[in-house]
Amino acid sequence: MNRVVITGMGIYSCLGANLEEVKNSLYAGKSGIGIDPIRTEMGYRSALTGILPEPNLKKMLKRRMRVGMGQESRYAYMATIEALQMAGIDDAFLDSHIIGLLYGNDSTAQSVIEGIDKLREVKDTTLMGSGNIFKSMNSTINMNLSTIFRLKGINFTISAACASGSHAIGLGYMFIKQGLQSMVVCGGAQEVNANAMGSFDGLGAFSVQMDDPTKASRPFDAGRDGLVPSGGGATVILESYESAIARGATILAEVIGYGFSSNGLHISQPSVEGPARSLRMALDQANVAPSDIDYINAHATSTPLGDKHEAMAISSVFGGDNCPYVSSTKSMTGHECWMAGASEIVYSLLMMQNSFIAPNINLENVAEEAKPLNLATTTINHDIDTFLSNSFGFGGTNSSLIIRKFKQ
Amino acid sequence: MERAKIIETTNRFLIDEFEVDPDDIILDENLHETLDLDSLDYVDLVVVIQNHFGFKLTAEDFKGVDTFEDFYTMIETHLHKFTQENAS
Repeated sequence: MNRVVITGMGIYSCLGANLEEVKNSLYAGKSGIGIDPIRTEMGYRSALTGILPEPNLKKMLKRRMRVGMGQESRYAYMATIEALQMAGIDDAFLDSHIIGLLYGNDSTAQSVIEGIDKLREVKDTTLMGSGNIFKSMNSTINMNLSTIFRLKGINFTISAACASGSHAIGLGYMFIKQGLQSMVVCGGAQEVNANAMGSFDGLGAFSVQMDDPTKASRPFDAGRDGLVPSGGGATVILESYESAIARGATILAEVIGYGFSSNGLHISQPSVEGPARSLRMALDQANVAPSDIDYINAHATSTPLGDKHEAMAISSVFGGDNCPYVSSTKSMTGHECWMAGASEIVYSLLMMQNSFIAPNINLENVAEEAKPLNLATTTINHDIDTFLSNSFGFGGTNSSLIIRKFKQ
Repeated sequence: MERAKIIETTNRFLIDEFEVDPDDIILDENLHETLDLDSLDYVDLVVVIQNHFGFKLTAEDFKGVDTFEDFYTMIETHLHKFTQENAS
């Protein structure tokens, strides 16, 4: 079995447009949440959302490469460019190696709606243009990035709701561990627009604490009332240890465990046992004890039920006096949905690299069921040797990844 | 519409929407090679021509179009026909 290491990462989120900006936001405990007035006009209960600029790729990519890219692909591109650059992957390497692409995505609502609106207006399919089909399919990010970067290995999209990005990294890890690929670009992206989130808002799942948007996302707090939707793109470059060493790459960390499970219960309501099984499997796969984990980046989205069940799952596995530091970076980012499992790996890697634990902001009154957790309410300067990141999604899909600082 | 206006309108969308360098638009140069057109680009050419001139072309209409001058002439011919049909 191959060892699987991380040699590059990139991020484009409401905390910043690159790793440096995002690291600073994480350390400062800065929220990326704001108000989108269009959502109010459209009849949303909540206008809260992560706020991030639209990447302008006009100077970066030719028109033919851009016309099939919707919002989520543009975010993914920004993150991937940064990750490849950090990994030292240049055009010559891309052209001479077999590199895979496993990316998490679970919607293209804006592109689908734009295309259908156009068709209803003009009643002529040709006038929808050449790009709409490639923007509208759920595998849009894989289609675009594999073409732009001329990737020639495994290539498909992982759709697993809010665990998509995490499973993408988990599967990339498996492909490399098994020796089927020596390098896989992995990540997750999430569109951020008023067309994408209406039906989710309709479930009453979103926070309506709009008076101060930066305080709306409050995972594990007794006063939480729902999640805040957000998004962007996050990419990591996974590589076999042998490949990284052979090309003299800087190794950021090593993926040592991937646990997964399905609740097999309700389509939206969380469970304790499903996530707990995912946690235990990740620990078993990594061959580490709960006490070896220094930090848990919780999935906690700020919903009353979800956070409660995750707190109970973490307590059941890590209970006692040795609970590692826990924080949910969604307190700052909101819920980055299909991207979250990948972005939270990048956030945690930034913490590992810079020896701090980002705070779970807005935690004023810890919810009863979260009291056994060792929650980081402020930024803590602390070394992280090994961290675990949880991601759970609708339908009861769960994923837990364990990553360790690289040691020879 | 005068031919000069047709050429001006066409060049504008080639520059703005197809990102053609204005210096590369030369009457007797090959349109397909200059724009580096693939099969998908013809769909988008049909869209922009519909948006700017109001009539719809098919792939067949591009047969015989080699140069920019051929392209302007093809548009002019179709626009004339379209204008006459809508006037009658």
